[in-house]
Amino acid sequence: MTEPLYSLSISQLAPLLARGEVSPVEVTARLLERIKERNGELNAYLTVDEAGALEQAREAEACLGRGEAASLTGIPLALKDVMVTRGLRTTCASKILENFIPPFDATVVARLRREGAVILGKANMDEFAMGSSTENSAYGPTHNPWNREYIPGGSSGGSAAAVAADLCIASLGSDTGGSIRQPASHCGVVGLKPTYGRVSRYGLVAYASSLDQIGPLTKEVRDAAILLNTIAGHDPKDSTSVPQAAADYTEALGREIHGLKIGVPREYFGHGLDPEVEAAIRAALKTLAGLGADLIEVSLPHTEYAVATYYVVAVAEASSNLARYDGVKYGFRAEGKNLMETYLNTRTQGFGAEVRRRIMLGTYTLSAGYYDAYYKKGSQVRALIRSDFETAFKACHLIACPVSPTPAFRLGEKLADPLTMYLSDIFTISANLAGIPGISVPCGFSSQGLPIGLQLLGPAFGEAEILQAAYAFEQATDFHRRKPPF
Amino acid sequence: MAYEAVIGLEVHAHLLTHSKIFCGCATAFGAPPNTQVCEVCLGMPGSLPVLNRKAVEYALKMALATDCTIAPESVFARKNYFYPDLPKGYQISQFELPLAEHGHLEIKVNGQAKRIGITRIHLEEDAGKLVHSEARPVSFVDFNRTGVPLIEIVSEPDMESPDEAVEYLKGLRNILLYLEICDGNLEEGSFRCDANISLRPVGAKELGVKVELKNMNSFRFIKAALEFEIKRQRANLSAGREIVQETRLWDTSSNQTVSMRGKEEAHDYRYFPDPDLVPVRIDHDWLESLRKNLVELPKARLKRFQAEYGLPEYDAEVLTSDKALADYFEATVKLFPQPKQVSNWIMGELMRELKKEEAGIDSCRVSPAALGKLLSLVDTGALSGKLAKTVFEDMVATGRDPEAIIKEKGLVQISDSGALEALAQEIIDANPKEAADFRAGKTKVLGFFVGQLMKKTKGQANPQMANEIFRKLLA
Amino acid sequence: MALSREEVLHVAELARLSLRPAEIEIFTRQLNDILAYVEKLQELDTTGVAPLAHVIPICNAFREDEVREGLSLDLALENAPAREDDNFLVPRVI
Repeated sequence: MTEPLYSLSISQLAPLLARGEVSPVEVTARLLERIKERNGELNAYLTVDEAGALEQAREAEACLGRGEAASLTGIPLALKDVMVTRGLRTTCASKILENFIPPFDATVVARLRREGAVILGKANMDEFAMGSSTENSAYGPTHNPWNREYIPGGSSGGSAAAVAADLCIASLGSDTGGSIRQPASHCGVVGLKPTYGRVSRYGLVAYASSLDQIGPLTKEVRDAAILLNTIAGHDPKDSTSVPQAAADYTEALGREIHGLKIGVPREYFGHGLDPEVEAAIRAALKTLAGLGADLIEVSLPHTEYAVATYYVVAVAEASSNLARYDGVKYGFRAEGKNLMETYLNTRTQGFGAEVRRRIMLGTYTLSAGYYDAYYKKGSQVRALIRSDFETAFKACHLIACPVSPTPAFRLGEKLADPLTMYLSDIFTISANLAGIPGISVPCGFSSQGLPIGLQLLGPAFGEAEILQAAYAFEQATDFHRRKPPF
Repeated sequence: MAYEAVIGLEVHAHLLTHSKIFCGCATAFGAPPNTQVCEVCLGMPGSLPVLNRKAVEYALKMALATDCTIAPESVFARKNYFYPDLPKGYQISQFELPLAEHGHLEIKVNGQAKRIGITRIHLEEDAGKLVHSEARPVSFVDFNRTGVPLIEIVSEPDMESPDEAVEYLKGLRNILLYLEICDGNLEEGSFRCDANISLRPVGAKELGVKVELKNMNSFRFIKAALEFEIKRQRANLSAGREIVQETRLWDTSSNQTVSMRGKEEAHDYRYFPDPDLVPVRIDHDWLESLRKNLVELPKARLKRFQAEYGLPEYDAEVLTSDKALADYFEATVKLFPQPKQVSNWIMGELMRELKKEEAGIDSCRVSPAALGKLLSLVDTGALSGKLAKTVFEDMVATGRDPEAIIKEKGLVQISDSGALEALAQEIIDANPKEAADFRAGKTKVLGFFVGQLMKKTKGQANPQMANEIFRKLLA
Repeated sequence: MALSREEVLHVAELARLSLRPAEIEIFTRQLNDILAYVEKLQELDTTGVAPLAHVIPICNAFREDEVREGLSLDLALENAPAREDDNFLVPRVI
């Protein structure tokens, strides 16, 4: 074993643990050490639970000793700080939850624990998942391990950076408008957003309830399938989780994609698409074709309305979801002469600018007289966007496209104008609006050495298919084997 | 100018489910603060609501009982506002697609029947309890009540007088009790009512400016508040002043409605469908099974009382207007099968005693069994009707068994003709003048003799027997 | 549908946010930029299109009426910014 333990993936590490060649305590200790040494350069983690992780690792070791290994026994993970972990500080990268200790676990966290995973700590993010660069964190931005002057993407930037920099074996993030796929693309790792309702949202701190989903960020496609196996499935505590049984998402990995029809949406090429990104995507499409896939052109005619739709629907739901942060029951409270002042001071001081901006936007669009023009209209256009995909999937099995119009940009480069930032979500946002699954796999690098991701979108509950195709692509290339100079 | 009142009522009723509407916390009243809470009803980050099926069932029962149209699909909506007793910063309620609409309730005021429309019935969650400190500028919040299921019942503005309003509320409350889905306790707040009242010139079509009234926690206060408000609005309109659209609170200490202006700003609730919940679809089978198994409602029970017990409509109305009273009646009749007598007694003696104590039948110390026994004692002649009233008063006050009271007070009616005759003869002998008067034709003197016998027997003589005996002996 | 400064302040109050004087202008401008952008949606004819509320058509997600253990008093109050006895403490409304 020449590679350091921390650089392994789940698929590589699990068999070593199972055979007793490596001890869980050793892996966890090694990772904790690495985090201590290197996290300061990236700011990927907000909270590291050293004591808890080692204790979980010891338990994992005992389990393995008894021959009772589960699918993730001893595997150390980072969790985006947007899902609650019992007894472990959960901040959503906001000042308003600076010292919030949840008294309960998110359902996905409980499932991970049940499978023996070790939770190293909580990863940085854009505050309340609102952002595309992790620059909106109240605790400083995360840096891209490939070039620390660049953003890692957002809002799951900490998770993506941690995976790319081997500060964890794998991670979970959340995706509302692209927040798993885009940072995965910018950091050269795999990121999967499941079908809406496939994974429980119980314990996922809500941003936009009808769009949010939790998903894996991993070093290779198989890992994503393994994690999905653990977290997918109906949860009676989440009314929006689907009753359909989850599949074994590793089953189809390795199957050929000969004859697979892959749709290429014409509207996704040209929209200010960076030529290097386009080149990488086109090369990826060629690779897929080489593996036997049929590329056909499809149209998603309402693409140009997706960002507008998102920034009406998501902000409205967000403005309501964040009303609970009032300094009464938990979290930060700023004092005030009376109740009104307490509310105002608490929320103004506790929330960052982007969060306040979206709350205001959402409050406005829902306010008296405007509901029809905004939220209702947005929901109607959303139906049209979904119908675009339904039509496209009649002609193809999957859709392939870019994740982001450009590779990662410099920290601070796009902070002046929120709208410019919003427009960069163009390729990921539609999947959330339509509720369909999507995955980002590394497919190239810019001339500056920044990663570029290929996105595969599937019909609702098509996770197995997109994983299969992503796996085939990954195995036919070696982008996933490259590590940042970190 | 003569004005007429237009009144609409909004009722919030606590549903008697074991657990809250969106989480598994207990709903029992009176628990120590913040001991019936969880992450869901505390609105903690990441928590999500899941709808209690029983709450839907109870709401549907009320909808069926008031002849509402049930929505095939109904949706929950968020009502957004900030208040310390509202943990999520929004209340989960229903807005555009409520569970049921277009029902009605029949009431009777002064013998006049009237149909009051019910606009809608919908489900929502209750908020917590906020208690203001007297001494310091702070308030205390207890979230036990947050998430208790409520149905909101909104009436059409069909009522024209405080009496109609009270009759409607009593009728509504009665149905809730019949259905056993709410305990109808106004003082404890499990049955709350807000009123909307406006005045307009008699015969006018347009509605006047409406005022909302809150904080009325008894039927008496509701009536008083409405009466006061009618007077107040009439006085203003007659003086040429406009009515301000506002919310006013009933103030029991001053017996007035008081403006809330300045305490509350206009709310923009920003309703939108709650994305954490999915629509409720009531299928035909579910509804039909509920309809078939619906408990006997007041209207049906009224008809049955007339048919089965041969009671006149008036009696049946009075008895069925209160489920507990109707239950009491039937329990008593089971033991003493003379419905009309039982009915008379309940409507007369019993209700008078209850009114004196301002109590409801539930707090009455006389059980149906005890009442039945009392009535059979009178029936068999062991107790005179007059004395029965005395005994009953004692039973109401102490809850004691009638036979025990009779024995203790020595009130057993003497119906032994031999004993009575002997006493009667004594009295006749002692009053020869009166005896002669009677024989001479002054039949009124009989009353004197009967009275004497009653005095001699300390009221225990059977009066009818006494009458007959004297007639016989004086003949 | 451009927002005036007053409307921005009104919306802020509705959301229980206060804006520092320097922020008001910036926020007003940014909000108006975004609103102008989303105006785009009005280009589409959506007559007869049912608003998409739930991406996956589920209905009737119920739970049974069973009491479940909630949080202990200590856990419920553990994160409270202010508490007194067993209540959450807040400043008086007025």
